[in-house]
Amino acid sequence: MEFLITTVLNGLSYGLMLFMLSAGLTLTFSMMGVLNFAHASFYMLGAYLGFSIAQRWGFWAALVLAPMAVGVLGALFERLCLRRVHALGHVPELLVTFGLSYIVLEIVQLVWGRSALDFSPPPSLQGPAFTLVHRAGEGLHAVWGAPPSGVCSSLADAALRVSCSPFPATRALTVVVALLMLALIAALLTRTRTGLVVRAALTHPEMVNSLGHDLPRLHMLLFGAGTALAALAGVVGGSTYLTEPAMAASMGAMVFVVVVVGGLGSLSGAFAASLLIGLLQTAAAAADVAVLPGVTLARLAPALPFVLMLLMLVLRPQGLLGRPSA
Amino acid sequence: MSAMHRFSGWRDWMVWPLCAVLLVLAPLLFSGSFALALLSQMGIAVVACLSFNLLFGQGGMLSFGHAVYAGLGGFLAMHALNVFSANSGWLPVSLVPLSGGLGGLAFALVFAYPSTRRAGSSFAMITLGLGELVYALTTLLPGFFGGEAGIAGNRVNGRVVWGVSFGPAIELYYLLAMYTLVCALLMYLFTRTPLGQMLQAVRDNPQRVASIGYDPQRVRYLAMLLAGFFAGVSGGMAALHFEIVNAETVGSARSAAYLVFTVIGGTASFAGPVLGGVLMVLCTVLLSAWTKAWLLYLGLGFVLVVVYAPGGLAGVLAQQLRLVRSGHLLRLLAWYGALAASGLVALWGVALAIEMLYHQQLHAASGSAFTFLGLALDTATPGSWFTALGLLLAGALPGLWVYPRCAALYAQAHAAAGLHAQPAVARGVW
Repeated sequence: MEFLITTVLNGLSYGLMLFMLSAGLTLTFSMMGVLNFAHASFYMLGAYLGFSIAQRWGFWAALVLAPMAVGVLGALFERLCLRRVHALGHVPELLVTFGLSYIVLEIVQLVWGRSALDFSPPPSLQGPAFTLVHRAGEGLHAVWGAPPSGVCSSLADAALRVSCSPFPATRALTVVVALLMLALIAALLTRTRTGLVVRAALTHPEMVNSLGHDLPRLHMLLFGAGTALAALAGVVGGSTYLTEPAMAASMGAMVFVVVVVGGLGSLSGAFAASLLIGLLQTAAAAADVAVLPGVTLARLAPALPFVLMLLMLVLRPQGLLGRPSA
Repeated sequence: MSAMHRFSGWRDWMVWPLCAVLLVLAPLLFSGSFALALLSQMGIAVVACLSFNLLFGQGGMLSFGHAVYAGLGGFLAMHALNVFSANSGWLPVSLVPLSGGLGGLAFALVFAYPSTRRAGSSFAMITLGLGELVYALTTLLPGFFGGEAGIAGNRVNGRVVWGVSFGPAIELYYLLAMYTLVCALLMYLFTRTPLGQMLQAVRDNPQRVASIGYDPQRVRYLAMLLAGFFAGVSGGMAALHFEIVNAETVGSARSAAYLVFTVIGGTASFAGPVLGGVLMVLCTVLLSAWTKAWLLYLGLGFVLVVVYAPGGLAGVLAQQLRLVRSGHLLRLLAWYGALAASGLVALWGVALAIEMLYHQQLHAASGSAFTFLGLALDTATPGSWFTALGLLLAGALPGLWVYPRCAALYAQAHAAAGLHAQPAVARGVW
């Protein structure tokens, strides 16, 4: 039971992490038609900048400053590079972001080195957020933080049969940050004037432009906001998982799978697909089930999202909540 | 695009015998085993890039997983080579690349269906996901992929067909050159077939294609089969050349290389991917051995090409050829020279700075001094950094003065020659 609960919670936190990335990608795609191939590179940049800022001013400063810095970089990239090729169509736009992913990877390796960084969360986040204690006969109950000393240490005593399942605080932070971000996006899009213009520009860009709103400026701001979201995910993800040069490539492929499964351009589809893939992959990685002789489900876990994507394409090519194409 | 693929007389066809003569003569000009290996690899890369461009340039399908077909074709070719070598070798070694092609075709038969269900950006992401899936499989199926070491084979299996054993590199070179020429010719002929023309129509306007009774998805599917076949042939050629195939050949870095170099070469003309393939070998073999920063240069160069020369190198050359024909190039030459000189000086400064940064990062243990392009540099002294900055400014400042004037004259010459810009990049359903 506690295994199921922790697996689901871990899956949710990974899924919400994926959503933080796919949300920015989806927003910029639906607004500008640009598939930002370098989205995961901004995620990586967020993690690395977050690492450097955390070393100087602490983790919480990094959580705020790194996304802002990356957002500015993203907006600058849109203004100086992406806008130049906008007239040439969407292929060159995608290609430019693809080239950027090369450049960011090299620069990150140049500045921070080629091996993984020790980006550890602050002391307040290093322990478990809560622990599920299961004592035989007494059932399951949760303890905030680490369990009192002595509760779990009697594992050797077979007669007591106590099992403890901690849930790491960094994963809890991922959940909190992602939910706050989701609420913030929803509030910005539905409750503010800027959000109104953004939503109008999604469906009627020419009309918005002719009503006197500066559409290119809106694109720049939105692109910056999207990259800032990616960087926010990077700070959280970098301290939870690994901060290494390969993180962009592995996360990038996963986010693209999420977006295809959810339906390209659909924010709610991306949300559903993120949670689905997060749960699926975490459950598979934790399961000790042999699917083929010699191959456990856990070993297949990295390939599972891609299999899901193939199945989705065969059965429902527009994705979970996407619109069917012409 | 359409103008390029129209029959314009015998001159177009004369290119092919010329290419054949060039391929025959090349080993005489560049003798030596290293040069021969480079030439063979160029042939392999050219076939791969041409097959990539069959999808991208002609069909508007941007693939981030093209190495899947080349790599899997290579694995199948290697297995075929090993199996038939063990069983008294009734498959001639010269047909091994063909078996790679059939392998690529077989995998395309499976993978092309889900891939082509969506076009545009979705297609790009699907191919990326498929590439990751196949790469993940390489560790799960060590029997087929040979684990980390890959699968090795021996093309010299003791059989001599018509006096050819494929032991000497020159014999292999001529085999690979033949495959390169035949594959390139076949892919060129494909652009002239009704299916090839339909593919371009699907790229430009799938709705219209559908409304006159063709199924765009089916056209894309068939094109992908063909591209998979030729990619597989290139994988088989590589298997024969390197005599080893490993997981790297299906990886995303290889797929990205096909994309990058095809785009740098130029996607809007048939010559572009050929240039791209040659450049790919020059960069991955020579440039990477010369400087550790080559991926940064490649990324910057790629972005510059996409932003400033969307037609790629072939596009730039074609524009100059048109100006030569109309007699307008001569008056531009001096400006080109000035632009190139200032650009090279600026590039020199940038390269010095990049090399010093890389040296600091990678070889800090071996001291701060090193030489690059004949200049003695020391990352610890400010003088070296000022040299780099000085070169950059010395190149960039005149360059900023020359560039707008040169561009204006270029546009003038174009207008005077009655030329209008060609559509540079495939657009399709994007």
